[in-house]
Amino acid sequence: MARLVIDPVTRIEGHLRIEAQVANGHVREAWASGTMFRGLELILQGRDPRDAWLFTQRICNVCTMVHALASVRAVEDALGVKPPPLAVLIRNLITAFQYVQDHVVHFYHLHALDWVDITSALKADPADAAALAGSISDWPENSAQQFKDVQDKLKAFVASGMLGIYANGYWGHPAYKLPPAANLMAVAHYLQALDWQKEVIKAHAVLGGKNPLLQTFLVGGMAIPVDPSSPWALNADRLALLRSLAAKGKEFVEKVYIPDLLAVASFYKDWAGLGEGTKNFLTCGELPLDPSGDPRSFAFPSGVILDRNLSSVQPFRQEKVTEQVARSWYHYTAGEARAFHPWEGETIPRYSGPKPPYEHLDVESKYSWLKAPRYDGHPMEVGPLARVLVAYASGTKRIKELVDLVLTKLDAPPAALFSTLGRTAARGIETLYMAELIPTLLDQLTAAMKSGDTKTHAGRMWDPSEWPKEARGAGFHEAPRGALGHWVLIEDGKISRYQCVVPTTWNASPRDWAGTPGPYEAALAGTPVADEAKPIEILRTIHSFDPCIACAVHVLDARGTPVSVVEAV
Amino acid sequence: MNTFAGSIRSRGVTRRDFMKFASVMTAALALPVRYTGRIARALASAARPTVIWLEFQDCAGDSESFLRSSHPTAGQAVLDLIDLAYHETIMAPAGAAAEKNLRDAMERARGKYIVIVEGSIPTAAGGAYCTIGGRSAVQILEEVASGAAALIAVGTCASFGGLPAAAPNPTGAMGVRDLVKNKPVLNLPGCSVNGVNLAATITHYLTFSELPATDQLGRPLFAYGQRIHDTCPRRSHFDAGRFVKEWGDAGHRQGWCLYQMGCKGPKAMHNCAAVGWNDGTSWPIEAGHPCIACTEPGFWDGSTPFYRWMGESLLPTPHRPARPQGSLGIGLGAGAAAAAAAAGTAVLIRQRKAGAARPDSGAGDPGSEGE
Repeated sequence: MARLVIDPVTRIEGHLRIEAQVANGHVREAWASGTMFRGLELILQGRDPRDAWLFTQRICNVCTMVHALASVRAVEDALGVKPPPLAVLIRNLITAFQYVQDHVVHFYHLHALDWVDITSALKADPADAAALAGSISDWPENSAQQFKDVQDKLKAFVASGMLGIYANGYWGHPAYKLPPAANLMAVAHYLQALDWQKEVIKAHAVLGGKNPLLQTFLVGGMAIPVDPSSPWALNADRLALLRSLAAKGKEFVEKVYIPDLLAVASFYKDWAGLGEGTKNFLTCGELPLDPSGDPRSFAFPSGVILDRNLSSVQPFRQEKVTEQVARSWYHYTAGEARAFHPWEGETIPRYSGPKPPYEHLDVESKYSWLKAPRYDGHPMEVGPLARVLVAYASGTKRIKELVDLVLTKLDAPPAALFSTLGRTAARGIETLYMAELIPTLLDQLTAAMKSGDTKTHAGRMWDPSEWPKEARGAGFHEAPRGALGHWVLIEDGKISRYQCVVPTTWNASPRDWAGTPGPYEAALAGTPVADEAKPIEILRTIHSFDPCIACAVHVLDARGTPVSVVEAV
Repeated sequence: MNTFAGSIRSRGVTRRDFMKFASVMTAALALPVRYTGRIARALASAARPTVIWLEFQDCAGDSESFLRSSHPTAGQAVLDLIDLAYHETIMAPAGAAAEKNLRDAMERARGKYIVIVEGSIPTAAGGAYCTIGGRSAVQILEEVASGAAALIAVGTCASFGGLPAAAPNPTGAMGVRDLVKNKPVLNLPGCSVNGVNLAATITHYLTFSELPATDQLGRPLFAYGQRIHDTCPRRSHFDAGRFVKEWGDAGHRQGWCLYQMGCKGPKAMHNCAAVGWNDGTSWPIEAGHPCIACTEPGFWDGSTPFYRWMGESLLPTPHRPARPQGSLGIGLGAGAAAAAAAAGTAVLIRQRKAGAARPDSGAGDPGSEGE
C-alpha cells in the first residue's frame, strides 16, 4: 500500500512533510518530517552572548519576537541580572500584541480555508450574509453592500482565469459544511483581517522600531527609551497610538474573530471528537504581572497535565526536559537510545534519508530534521490548548469564564476541548484574553511613566568584564505556538553551548527510540480521509497546531566537534 | 480587462485612491513627481504578471514584510496587481495540488514569470538540508529559474546567504546569484526586506518593463543608494559629538547618536530613514537601537559583535572633518537635509540623484572598522 504524501504542507511556516498510511478511508498511522536544516548551532559558537537574541530571533519570523525574548532571558538568567520593571512591562506589551495579531492571522489566513469554501461564497446572497453576520455581531463592516463588493471582486478575480494562490484548492470537497452566506462572510473577514493585521502590529514598530524583526531587545532590559518629555522616546503621544491600536485589536477580536470562530465551529462539531493527540500538555508560563517571578502567578500559569488529568496540574520543572534522536537525522556519540537535557545535549547532523528527488522517506528508520523532545519521558502537546487547559485547571478566573462561555455556546462538554476543534477554540479564547489584558498593561505603563520611572535597562552586567568566568542559564517564553526554552552556557565571555527546545519541536516531534509518536502523529491516527487526492481532513488537524517548522529545526547546541556526515546520499 | 485598473475599478477604488497609490510608489522609487502619471498609466494597463515565490532556508520574515505592505496591501497585490501563483505560506492547496500550481504557472507564463526567492539555498549534503516535495532546493531553483524572465532575491539570506551562511556555514548556504548565472537577479537585502521596497520594485517593473538600476551588488539604487549614517536623523548629534553612553541615559532618551553603543549605520546602505517601517511608524534607530547593517553581505560576521563600536577613527574632532574623504560617501549637505525631512518626496529625489552619481557605491566600501 502506497503511503499518502503531503509535501509541502502549506499555510504553515517552514517545510513540513506528512506521510500517512490510509486504510478504509482513515489514517492508520502518520509520520511528520521537518525537511529543512540550517545548523545555527555552529554559527552561534564563540559569539558574544549579548548578540545571541539577534541570531535566534531569525529562527522564525511569523511570531517575530519569541526567540529574542527567550534568548535575553536565558542570558540574564546566566548572568544573574534582572530587567527593571519598566522593561518587563514593555516585554509584556510586545508579547500580548504578538498573540493578538498572530492568532488572528493564523485563524483567517492559515487555517480558515480548511473550513471555508471560497467558491461557495460566489453563490451566496449578500443579504443573507449580512443577516447572518448581523445576528452574531454588531461589527460595522458587515453590510449587504460590503459583502456584495467582496463577492463582485471575487467574481472578477475568478473571471480573470488567474486564480493565483487559490488555484487547485480543495474547493467543493464534501467536508466543507458552511452554507454560502457563511462562506461569503468568512471570505470578507479574511480580506479585512489582512488589512487589520498590518495596522494592529504597528504597536511593535512603536515599541521596537519595526515588525517583523523588532530591534529593541537587550540583555538586561530594552532599547526603547521612555521619557514623557522627549520626542525620541516612548511619550504620551506614542502611548496614545498604542491605546488606539489596542482598541482596534480588541474590537476586531470581539466583533469579528470570536463570532466567526463560534459560527464556523457550530457547523463542524464532529471535529470536537477528532484529532486529540498525546493527552499530555505542558506550559512554562508567560506574562509576569507581579514582581514575584513565580511562573504559577503569570497571566498564563505554568504547569504540566498528564493523561488528560485536569484535577492534577504538576509544576513545570525544566530539568525534566530531554531530547532524543533515534528517529531524527542526528547522531549521538553516546548511543542512539539516549536522552539528553539541553545543557548536556549534542547536535551532529547525519542525514541518512533518501537522495533527493525522492518519493517516500524511510519511516521505519530516521525520517526528520526535528529531534524528539520529551518531558519526564512523555511526548507533550504545547500551545494554546495546553495554556488554556493549565489555566482552566489552575483556576485562572477569566480563562475559566471564557472556556465555559465557549462550551455553552457550542453546547459541548469539557472533553470536547481535547480535539482539533478544541485547539482552534482555545486559540480564540486566549486571543480575547490577551486583547483584554493589553489596556491594563498600558495603564501600568502610564502609571510608571507618571511616577517618573525611565529606567529601561538594569545597567549592571552589560560590560563583559563584570561577568563570571563560567555561567549557565535558561530562559522561557510562551510563544503563540507554545512553550519555548533556551539554554545557554557561557565561558570566558563567549557562548560555548546554546540549545533551544521549541513549540513545534514538541508538537511535530518524530517518534522516539521507544517508537512513541509525537503529538501530530498521534493526533492524525483515525482521521478520516474521504479523497486521498484532497486530504483536507489531515490539514485541518495539522493546522490546528499552527506549525512552525523553521523554529522546530533550530538546533543551536554548540559543544563538541562539528561533524556533518551524510550517509546514503 | 485583466488589468490592475480594471480589477480595482470593479471593487470601487476611486481614481483619487489610485493616483495616491501611484504617487506613493513614485516616491518610494525615488523618482521625480512628474513620473506619477507614467506610473499610473503603466499600472492601469499592465496585465498581472505571474509571480512564483519560493522559500528555502528561510524564517518567513520577508513574507511577513510583504503582508505588512500598505502600498499596495498584500490583498491588493494578490488580487489586483500580480498573479501570485505559488507561495507556500499563504496558498490554499497543499502537497501534490500545490506542486501542480507551480507546474501550471511555469507552463502558462514560460519566459515571462518573475521568481521571488526567500531564504538561502543549501548546497552541501547533496541537497538534503532543504527539500520540498522530495526535491532539493537546488533542484527546484534550477528548474524554476530556467523559465523565468527575472529573479528577485528578497532578504539578506536569498541575496547573500545571510544567517545560514554565517561562519562556519554548516550547510553550504548560498544566495541566488551564487547559483543562477544566466538570468537577471535583483537583490533586495535586509533582515527582513522592507515591504515598501519590494512593492516599489514590482511597480518599477510594471512601469518601465525593466528592473531598476542597481549597484554592483545588484541592489536597486532607489532603496540602497544612500548610507544610513548620511540620512540618519541623529546625524547632527554625531557631528556635534553627543553620544549615548548607557542604555536609558539622558542622551539615549533625547535621541543622541548611537554610534558608541555599536551602531553600524556608517556601513549600511538602506533607505530606512527615508521610508521607515510599518507605514513609516518608526525604524530601529528612531526606536533607540543601533543599526546592525542588515543589508550588507556577510553582516552576521562583519557587524558582530553588534554592540562593539566601530572605533574612534570615524569620530569628528575639531581638527578632522566628520567624514574621512572617500570613505563615508555622499555629501554632508544632502545627508543633513534628508535628516531634516525624512519622508518627503523632495528628499527622495535628491537621494536618487545622489545614488545615480555614485553607481558603484556599496558595501565594498564599509568605511573604517576601527577595531
